[in-house]
Amino acid sequence: MESQTLYRTGLTGEAIASELLALPATKATRSRATPTSETRVVQRVLIGAALAYFALLVLTPLIVVFYQALRKGLEFYMIALSDSDTLSAIRLTLIVAAVAVPLNLVFGVAAAWSISKFDFRGKSVLVSLIDLPFAVSPVIAGLIYVLIFGLQGWLGPWLAAHDIKVIFALPGLLLATIFVTVPFVARGLIPLMEAQGKAEEEAALVLGASGWQTFWRVTLPNIKWGIIYGVILCNARAMGEFGAVSVVSGHIRGATNTMPLQVEILYNEYNYVAAFAVASLLALLALVTLAVKTAVEWRSAQGAPQ
Amino acid sequence: MKYLNIALVSLVALFAANAHADVTLLNVSYDPTRELYQEVNAAFARHWQATAREKVSIRASHGGSGRQARSVIDGLEADVVTLALAYDIDEIADRARLLPTDWQKRLPNNSSPYTSTIVFLVRKGNPKGVRDWDDLIKPGVSVITPNPKTSGGARWNYLAAWGYALRKYGNDEGRARNFVTALFHNVPVLDSGARGATTTFVERGQGDVLLAWENEAFLALKEFGSGKFEIVVPSVSILAEPPVAIVDRVVDKRGTRKVAQAYLDYLYSDEGQDIAGRNFYRPRSQKAAAKYAKQFPKLNLFTIEEVFGGWTKAQKTHFADGGVFDHIYQPGK
Repeated sequence: MESQTLYRTGLTGEAIASELLALPATKATRSRATPTSETRVVQRVLIGAALAYFALLVLTPLIVVFYQALRKGLEFYMIALSDSDTLSAIRLTLIVAAVAVPLNLVFGVAAAWSISKFDFRGKSVLVSLIDLPFAVSPVIAGLIYVLIFGLQGWLGPWLAAHDIKVIFALPGLLLATIFVTVPFVARGLIPLMEAQGKAEEEAALVLGASGWQTFWRVTLPNIKWGIIYGVILCNARAMGEFGAVSVVSGHIRGATNTMPLQVEILYNEYNYVAAFAVASLLALLALVTLAVKTAVEWRSAQGAPQ
Repeated sequence: MKYLNIALVSLVALFAANAHADVTLLNVSYDPTRELYQEVNAAFARHWQATAREKVSIRASHGGSGRQARSVIDGLEADVVTLALAYDIDEIADRARLLPTDWQKRLPNNSSPYTSTIVFLVRKGNPKGVRDWDDLIKPGVSVITPNPKTSGGARWNYLAAWGYALRKYGNDEGRARNFVTALFHNVPVLDSGARGATTTFVERGQGDVLLAWENEAFLALKEFGSGKFEIVVPSVSILAEPPVAIVDRVVDKRGTRKVAQAYLDYLYSDEGQDIAGRNFYRPRSQKAAAKYAKQFPKLNLFTIEEVFGGWTKAQKTHFADGGVFDHIYQPGK
């Protein structure tokens, strides 16, 4: 029992660390969790220090956000959120996430599947490309799209002549969001699928299953928790992204502002209650994300044959 | 029950289509004009409904003046631009050819329906005893101003200081340069826009003096109460003329020229001038100027033409890459 508890703590600790580093936990590091030999006092001091650190850095700002949002009461909070520009920002954020997340889901699964189950030329290039958005600053990502689709960019004059709007409109916001969220699903699945190996798929093929059958009946059930995990993180980032969308948004009120941009605008207008009200929605999203993520981790650890 | 109602109405509005308007305009503006144009847009929509029987909805985008101009150059479809200084609209005309280069002659008063100037905002009781520009270069006085590279207001701040020094030292450029260098030694942080700098000073409590648009300083007093801040009016400052213009290529493509023109003309009308005065911009019309004369302090104002020979020259000398500002401002020194 004791060792199982420690194992669980180790897993969650690493899951947090891996999220901070945006790197997935691998099997190799998981098995490192062993019972410690430190005395109880040392253990408690270490745990206490870690908790105090996180309370200061993570919990306090979170409480401040909700305190500021509700400072003038629930009625002001609701009125702030029902402002038409704010509603439009919420709607836009939902649309952006609703497009970006499914696209990244399909792409991520396809990429992870081909990378982990097949050998082909240029595989390492593909892996590096998937990692690229983590390495590139989101502002640069936004600027790249301005350079390509802007009026002075490569495609700008042609797009203007055909009256197609990309940047400073929904397509630009989608492109920027998809760019920064590309790695989340694929990067979570690749180590998982590599660790699972090809044996089960090979067995299915030998027994006469088609490619699709193998995918639906063998591969997918094995990775479903990994997929959910990736989708949650991908969604959180898609809704919370600021830098890249700020560059391509044009900041038109009620039209091209997403929730994070709306927070900045409201704050700059001395409208603190409204700014923190929108921020509290984003914080709620983060909390829900965290809860679902923890549940998924717990569920997948339960289901994992150890 | 009340909360439930608000929540339900919000939910419906969230998924309902946007309110229908016959025509939309996009006004791309600079940072401190949010409150001004909120009021102008609502008033003009009523005016246009009454005179042209058309429902107009005006969208607004705000940010640092230079950055906003850059967005229009990159394709942000602004029907009208209302920026902090003429040079930013010149850039749109030069780089993207979206409007003719003589745009500033198309409307009265250099296309500036209102003016402003640069004043100081200090903390209550003026603890550092700031009275004039000279006090800003004293050691231990921390000055907040945004970045002249991205902010129009910051460029006015800079040129106001430079103009003061020229006057003081008998047009000695070298000594003016030393004066402005000393001033920027006292600047701990450069925000990208005027509103960001105001927030830094007012909300985060940084610095002893904020160099600000007069309208921005008055607005800060209004928002936070005069119990916390005071306005200090220097002996000399610059006459800031924030210009407005129609973006020809956009209005012709979208078929909005008529309403865009009416929108800008409205800024010069009695109602438009009154709204400007109410939002602490100095109105041009005699009538509105007389009405709001009491709220604006009298001070010596010089124009950018008199002292710097116009925006294009000032921009090239001071703010272009490798210009004077790049030499005098070295972060961390």
